[in-house]
Amino acid sequence: MIKKVSVRKAYGEALANYGVVNSNVVVVVADVSASVQTEYFAKRFPERFFNVGIAEQGMVDSGVGLALGGMIPFVNTFAGLMLRAVEQIRTCVAYAKTNVKIIGGYAGLSDYKDGATHYSIMDIAIMRAMPEMVVMVPADANEAKKMVPLVAEYDGPVYLRISRAETPLVFNDDYKVEIGKGIIIHEGKDVTLIGNGVMVFRCLEASKILAKEGIEARVINMHTIKPLDISLVKQVAEETGAIVTAEEHSIIGGLGAAVAEVLGKYDPVPLERVGIADTFVETALNYESLLDYYGMKVNDIVQAAYRALKRKKRGEKVEGCSET
Amino acid sequence: MGYHSEKLIIELNKKAKQLRLDALEMIHERGAGHPGGSLSAAEIVTSLFFHHLRIDANHPDWPERDRFILSKGHASPLLYSALAHCGYFPVKELHTWGHLGSRLQGHPDRLKTPGVEMTTGVLGHGICIGAGLCLAARLKGLNYYTYVLLGDGECQCGVTWEGAMIAAKYKLSNLVAIVDYNDVQLDGPVHEIMPLESLVDKWKSFNFAILEIDGHNIRQVLEALDMAKEIHSQPTVIIAHTTKGKGISFMENKAKWHGLAPDNQQYAQAIAELKGDIR
Repeated sequence: MIKKVSVRKAYGEALANYGVVNSNVVVVVADVSASVQTEYFAKRFPERFFNVGIAEQGMVDSGVGLALGGMIPFVNTFAGLMLRAVEQIRTCVAYAKTNVKIIGGYAGLSDYKDGATHYSIMDIAIMRAMPEMVVMVPADANEAKKMVPLVAEYDGPVYLRISRAETPLVFNDDYKVEIGKGIIIHEGKDVTLIGNGVMVFRCLEASKILAKEGIEARVINMHTIKPLDISLVKQVAEETGAIVTAEEHSIIGGLGAAVAEVLGKYDPVPLERVGIADTFVETALNYESLLDYYGMKVNDIVQAAYRALKRKKRGEKVEGCSET
Repeated sequence: MGYHSEKLIIELNKKAKQLRLDALEMIHERGAGHPGGSLSAAEIVTSLFFHHLRIDANHPDWPERDRFILSKGHASPLLYSALAHCGYFPVKELHTWGHLGSRLQGHPDRLKTPGVEMTTGVLGHGICIGAGLCLAARLKGLNYYTYVLLGDGECQCGVTWEGAMIAAKYKLSNLVAIVDYNDVQLDGPVHEIMPLESLVDKWKSFNFAILEIDGHNIRQVLEALDMAKEIHSQPTVIIAHTTKGKGISFMENKAKWHGLAPDNQQYAQAIAELKGDIR
């Protein structure tokens, strides 16, 4: 039985625990503290907790002021609602390079019951386009927990995406994460599956299915989308010759796009992107079925790997062909 | 409340004139900028930088310094002139404003210009950011004040009122907002584009203490700034009634001069008017 653990709870507890270590950490939230689980922090450090009501722009900007005053603000709302404050984030966080940590909760489709208004399928694309912004997506509760001190101690703007869901544990407590360094979590030579967030587990599942067919798929947890681990992408392109990306995000502008940008610049290899097609997403009765329905099934990754491999073989044929 | 001698008032009026001359020269030289809203705020910025603010140009990072946020970032030449004359950087550097590679960007950039507390230019951010700074001061046990100068047009931004609610909720009495109420914005008179009245009642209902003054009267500005420090249970807003383009006859109250540089002839006339002005 696969153990599933709540990512938001892990984040909330880690934030409260880190608050003990670092008295400069403050939390600002826009009326969703119970949801994004900053209430653990609020209970322990009421004097360092600010609930500004349904005022996302005010939340980000007051966070900016706190950062200017030497604090380390974690500003929290649903990733989808954070979009309301994109100008604040552009001007006062990214451009002004203030030490604000933007926490996009209920990320991706994890708020499965609330619909397209509450999903965030373009947040990575938007945040990634901002100079100075670090963009991170934890694969599970343990990684989310490990990222809290990392994000706090990094001097500068960070966007951290936190799922509402209970997701399968990929990592144990010994796991180490470093900003900007992708991690190979399963070795393979035929194709590389690069995932982040909940899709990392699904990539691992896909690699097991592929293994039964004799295909050795390498799996990477690309937890940091910006700065992207370019050398790792180049390395796996060279060593495996085919790549599949998998993300809980629009296929426009996210992890797949970031990888495509790297491959386009260096030596391209076949790339297949698994994610949400360019469409808004409906509600469902549970999270997993929503991921499955919108093209992020384990089998979608498997099929994408087959397509990438097919294109890779075709490429080899062309290479070996002397007709031209 | 402090006593302000006649001598001080005369000196500060001279400074305000210098800031106007600098701003016009900078805008003319560059062929771009915002004269109207720079001229309207000259006495306010002068009173702050050359008398009221607890700042030290030799120690721009002094933790206990007062903070000034130019929320109406388009009045940047006025801020740059004040900072230069306070000694944050050489006065001659004002000529580099807007050039490639200059520390003086079109709108203020906190990372480039010494003394600029916050990057501004998009309107509406000041009150929220000021509130955040005041919260930080409280947590750090520092007693600095944060002064936010905003244009009247910024009172049309919803986020300004989000900031007002935050400041009022946390009783941030070390926040002093100053509204440069010149009643002219880019597209025309504020009372036509999007009326603000009653602006006093609006701020009052957001639980701010209200001080209403003539923003071109240095004595009134100084007294209001002093009085704001006597208010201990709520943030203060100083509604400063001003004239857009103040001091230049053909610019006064004209929306056209919100963001237009004078040509050579207009510039010559403007300078003559300012220099001939006896206060």
